[in-house]
Amino acid sequence: MAKIASIADLKKFQEDYKAKVAARKDKILVNVSLATCSIASGGKTVMEAIKDEANKQGINNVEFMQSGCMTYCYAEPTVVVTLPGKAPVCFGKLDEKSARELVQKYLKAGELVDNVIPENYVRVEL
Amino acid sequence: MEVAKKQLRIATRNCGFIDPENIEDYFGVRGYEALANAITAGTPAGVIDEVKKSGIRGRGGGGFPTGTKWGFAAANQTDQKYVVCNADEGDPGAFMDRAVLEGDPHSVVEAMAICGYAIGASIGVVYIRAEYPLAIKRLVKAIEDARAYGVLGKNIMGSGFDFDIELKYGAGAFVCGEETALIRSMEGSRGEPYTKPPFPANSGYWSKPTIVNNVETFANIPAIMVKGADWFSSIGTEKSKGTKVFALAGKINNTGLIEVPMGITLKEVIFDIGGGCPGGKEFKAVQTGGPSGGALTYKDSDVPIDYDNLLAKNSMMGSGGMIVMDEDNCMVDIAKFFLDFTMDETCGKCTPCRIGSKRLYEILSKITHGQGTEADFEKLKTLAVNIKDTALCGLGQTMPNPVLSTMNTFADEYIAHVRDKKCPAGVCVDLLEIVILPEKCVGCTLCARVCPVNCISGKVKEAHVIDQAACIKCGACIEKCKFDAIVKK
Repeated sequence: MAKIASIADLKKFQEDYKAKVAARKDKILVNVSLATCSIASGGKTVMEAIKDEANKQGINNVEFMQSGCMTYCYAEPTVVVTLPGKAPVCFGKLDEKSARELVQKYLKAGELVDNVIPENYVRVEL
Repeated sequence: MEVAKKQLRIATRNCGFIDPENIEDYFGVRGYEALANAITAGTPAGVIDEVKKSGIRGRGGGGFPTGTKWGFAAANQTDQKYVVCNADEGDPGAFMDRAVLEGDPHSVVEAMAICGYAIGASIGVVYIRAEYPLAIKRLVKAIEDARAYGVLGKNIMGSGFDFDIELKYGAGAFVCGEETALIRSMEGSRGEPYTKPPFPANSGYWSKPTIVNNVETFANIPAIMVKGADWFSSIGTEKSKGTKVFALAGKINNTGLIEVPMGITLKEVIFDIGGGCPGGKEFKAVQTGGPSGGALTYKDSDVPIDYDNLLAKNSMMGSGGMIVMDEDNCMVDIAKFFLDFTMDETCGKCTPCRIGSKRLYEILSKITHGQGTEADFEKLKTLAVNIKDTALCGLGQTMPNPVLSTMNTFADEYIAHVRDKKCPAGVCVDLLEIVILPEKCVGCTLCARVCPVNCISGKVKEAHVIDQAACIKCGACIEKCKFDAIVKK
């Protein structure tokens, strides 16, 4: 693995990341909150259910990622889904059943399901 | 649905957005750029100036200016200095540090290296609770990855600057969040505080200059370095800059982690962000600063939240726990709850804290059992003030805060407990009577059947009566009654 020896090397990683994000544009990105609390409330089950249901439904352009706390404790487990060309939408209070419904409706047909969590913050991006 | 965006996320900027176990994701959001700039193009004095100019103050609770602290350590000439990250998050209901470490561990690793460069330290230590296994796992991976990519370890980015980080695990003692006790614990001794001065910045870990900063303080540093001190100091109030992360918990609809600009009002936090209390109950008070803090009440709704305003209200910023209480919470009972916690967690080294906490608890206990007298008020106050003035460390000095602050703001509740032998919120069972309102009772007998001690009597279709001498005040009848005919008095 290449060691970072200069700011130029860092910049290259930043470009790589931009390319990675750009390459996701045509894919469905499913970002599952997996902090201790999210896992305790069923985040991993939800992730597995989404993977399984996406397979069953023949949706194969899905990319999964894990992240930390999404800050919505009252609505855990939470998942942010970004459909190609659309703004990310956060869904909360998921379980095995509603996760499958999320795939059948939102991932497949772009049809919103219950428990959309409105974004209530401004994020500082460096 | 459009909602007001009252939150501003700086310390938690990456939580929920990047994969915490992938260093390349962190590079992608300009991670380690601040460190690279500092060590290849900056000077230690330049970094300290920038941090000073930003106006950031310690996010662990005390609120000491971070840049000034770093300046003290930098001024010491010695062979070894240390950077310590305090991740011994112990306040009941607080989880800000865990969220940052589990969601964005690299921001803390990077900031510790920046601090090391600024003060001339080559070793960093994270003191983290062993109860946070996932945070530990992600932090360990972050440190290993950072070493593998050459942004941590020997000769970082060819600059000649060495910095590495190790972990020390806390065993769950609340007092070890106090910096001198933390240092003792890291050295392998009992986690007991010692008298300052000397301050750790001059003589700390192994008697070497040591900077102890909280996780959240560190998480802000890369953002300050990349976006500049002027940007950071434009956020917040005159003396409290930037944002604060709070863990909003208790009787609140939207339990969650929030990050808000300093100076936001309590009303905005509770109602606009928190969505008010569940079940349409009245908001009564919020405990900030955990067991060391105090209560802000509905009367303080318009107070801008910052370090100095909270101190003026007999509370403190603390590390960011916010426990919301509604009309069903008894404030004497709440004070007793926190005293019970500190009484357990006092390390026992100094008398005011060890014995004082026990005595405070006993008096509060007397009051909640209906045996208090008005002389107890004076006793409580004198004792509380004495403990504040004489205790050795932060734990003892702040431990009476919940008592003083609730006595100030809810004096009427204390008086009701002592003079009228009543608990207005209906919490203290010895001061309660559960009664059946004869005008509402239809005589359905449901309450009599559910009563575990069979103290409710009455004929079918006639008003029932509770035998007060036998009633254990469990409240089972209140829950069962379909006619709201049973009330606490």
